[in-house]
Amino acid sequence: MPSKKYDLVISNGRVIDPALGFGKDAHVFIKDGLIKKIEVDSVAIRKELKSFDTSQIIDATDKLVVPGLIDIHVHLREPGREGAETIDSGCRAAAAGGFTSVCCMPNTTPRIDNQETVKFVQDRAKTASARVYVVGAITKNIEGKQLAEIGDLVKMGAVAITDDGNYVQDPNMMRRALEYAKMFDIPVMQHAEDKYLCDGGVMNESFQSTRLGLKGAPPAAEEIAVLRDLALCRLTKSRLHIQHVSTKGAVDAIRQAKAEGIRVTAEVTPHHLILTDDEIGKEFNTNLRVNPPIRTESDREAVVAGLVDGTIDCIASDHAPHTDEDKDCEFDVAPPGMVGLETTVGLIKTFLIDKGYLSWADAIRKMTYDPARTLGPPGGSLSDGTPADITIIDPEKRWTVNAAKFLSRSKNSPFVGYKLTGKVYKTIMNGKVVFE
Amino acid sequence: MSRLSSRHLLGLEETPQEDIQLILDTAETFREVIDRTIKRVPTLRGVTILNLFYEPSTRTRISFELAEKRLSADIVNFSTSTSSVKKGESLRDTVQNIEAMKIDMVVVRHGSTGAPYFLTQCMDANIINGGDGSHEHPTQALLDMYTIRHKYKKLKGLRVVLVGDIKHSRVIRSNIWGLKTMGASVALCGPATLLPYDVEQFGCDVYTDVDEALEGADVVNIMRIQLERQQGGLFPSQREYTNLFGITKERLKRLNRNYTIMHPGPINRGVEITSEVADGKNSVILDQVTNGQAVRMAVLYLLSGRKGEEE
Repeated sequence: MPSKKYDLVISNGRVIDPALGFGKDAHVFIKDGLIKKIEVDSVAIRKELKSFDTSQIIDATDKLVVPGLIDIHVHLREPGREGAETIDSGCRAAAAGGFTSVCCMPNTTPRIDNQETVKFVQDRAKTASARVYVVGAITKNIEGKQLAEIGDLVKMGAVAITDDGNYVQDPNMMRRALEYAKMFDIPVMQHAEDKYLCDGGVMNESFQSTRLGLKGAPPAAEEIAVLRDLALCRLTKSRLHIQHVSTKGAVDAIRQAKAEGIRVTAEVTPHHLILTDDEIGKEFNTNLRVNPPIRTESDREAVVAGLVDGTIDCIASDHAPHTDEDKDCEFDVAPPGMVGLETTVGLIKTFLIDKGYLSWADAIRKMTYDPARTLGPPGGSLSDGTPADITIIDPEKRWTVNAAKFLSRSKNSPFVGYKLTGKVYKTIMNGKVVFE
Repeated sequence: MSRLSSRHLLGLEETPQEDIQLILDTAETFREVIDRTIKRVPTLRGVTILNLFYEPSTRTRISFELAEKRLSADIVNFSTSTSSVKKGESLRDTVQNIEAMKIDMVVVRHGSTGAPYFLTQCMDANIINGGDGSHEHPTQALLDMYTIRHKYKKLKGLRVVLVGDIKHSRVIRSNIWGLKTMGASVALCGPATLLPYDVEQFGCDVYTDVDEALEGADVVNIMRIQLERQQGGLFPSQREYTNLFGITKERLKRLNRNYTIMHPGPINRGVEITSEVADGKNSVILDQVTNGQAVRMAVLYLLSGRKGEEE
């Protein structure tokens, strides 16, 4: 006889919930898609488990059981570039990477700068294997000229606004966006790269760009953009979120602003935490072309330190799918961006946890509680009565990144061939297994 | 040592001293062929070479063509000023078509750094870089070194000054690597806006004062200054460039007595170099052109017959 009291139990896993401050071996009980209770092992519990049918038990021995991961920076490409990704394929990639919630960027075609497009994305996401939270545009057509109807976007459920891919270059426009967004208590997410200083640069400006004769975008392009927006945030007392921080100067500026009490949050990508620009000249791998560019070792060390000390709140992938056709070309004409959803967990375990920078609890916090706190999508915790969005990670599983196995439609990862430790074992959304 | 360590010539950064030595020594032999009445040897008979030019080029293309003809190779030319992206066909598709035509060697000039490397990844032919973006132009640097060595009978210990747009010059990058490998001392000089980031890391002396740069040097290699750099706001005017960096007879006094004037061409008379200097007795600008053929013959000869070989 199967248990009627519960639908599912995840037994014997190491349950880590930074939001609750919980980190013990325990059993997680699920009913009607909700988390009912978390119990540490006991005679009574073991007896209770005997009433479960084997199909109702997920044995998570030697696994980590954590809140469904949240990625606040994802490009799903639909509508407009379904060859690279669809909402469905992007969410399958998310589930495979352990993410039960993703925040999608508005630079689709058409842009997500109107209610109809928000609705289109939400409708497509209904049957998808991850929750999709829409980030709307700051300005119409993300052109930086006129505010989008932000009230409309928020009414439809947009959790934040951004012109991601473009920097809001006009400071007065950014000031207005911050002021206007304050009415709805949503953060303004900024892709902080001054386009005049970038001047068409295709990689970081450093000795590597000098050596290769490729046009460089200087770190100052990000630092000036961040410093300007921090000043505007101080002026408007609004909420600012800096996307994909990549430079030491930006980390220092954000650290200082936080100490001053400015309402700023920040994210960093696995590639900026791990890669440096001396990789580019080896094979001119176009999957290393990304905005902002991968930087030098001292910048890389600074973003790691910023993540460790809390200056940077979240790990976000900036999952940016491009087709093989678009990436199979000369380095400087390749479109910027790389996929990331399916490699984040393995990369963070291999390059940050195993190297002693973060504990599992720290890393999970930066992919659950902190993203939820930063942008405000629900989730990020295993508290009783909340939707059962749960990720089970096999922390010691060794695997090699193989693009052919990606569920994303695109394969543009510079980490192909990397040997990683730590892999998602199962992903559960609303109490249902969406990836295993 | 009678073999190059690679079956492609992509750049001089990775090219070892023995390879450069071998190319320059081999070029001496071919230099003699160019002065014959019948300027042709059967060395590359039956070898098909493609000159794949994605950027407009007159002298490099003609120099390679003549080198190929003098070695009795079969030649095809593919020139387009538009990039593959604009044209609609990807570089890979173009190259695979070429491969299907059974080409043995490809000389490629392309506006993108790394395009010659990309070719090595999608075809079996030997690839010779005829200039990629602002990255490398190895045969130009080899012919510059040949010309210097021919005059001084050595490269080691000479002081060579490269003047001009350091940031955008592939000729300069290849010269830096090659000259340093051969033991010359290299100085760079140009406007601060045309010096790339951390340029000192090349291991060269860097100057923004041309008079200081020329002090005690043996060779001055002067690069063409392109008008579009001025339009891009990198220096105020051609007039000011000439005042600050133009090589005049007056400035030559700072050089060693047996000095040499070089320029890869095409020259802007009265801009980066005065006519008096360009046509003076220490100018080897036209020798560079002749020597270029010999050096390219040497490179083609040394790389030929190694199609599809494992690295």
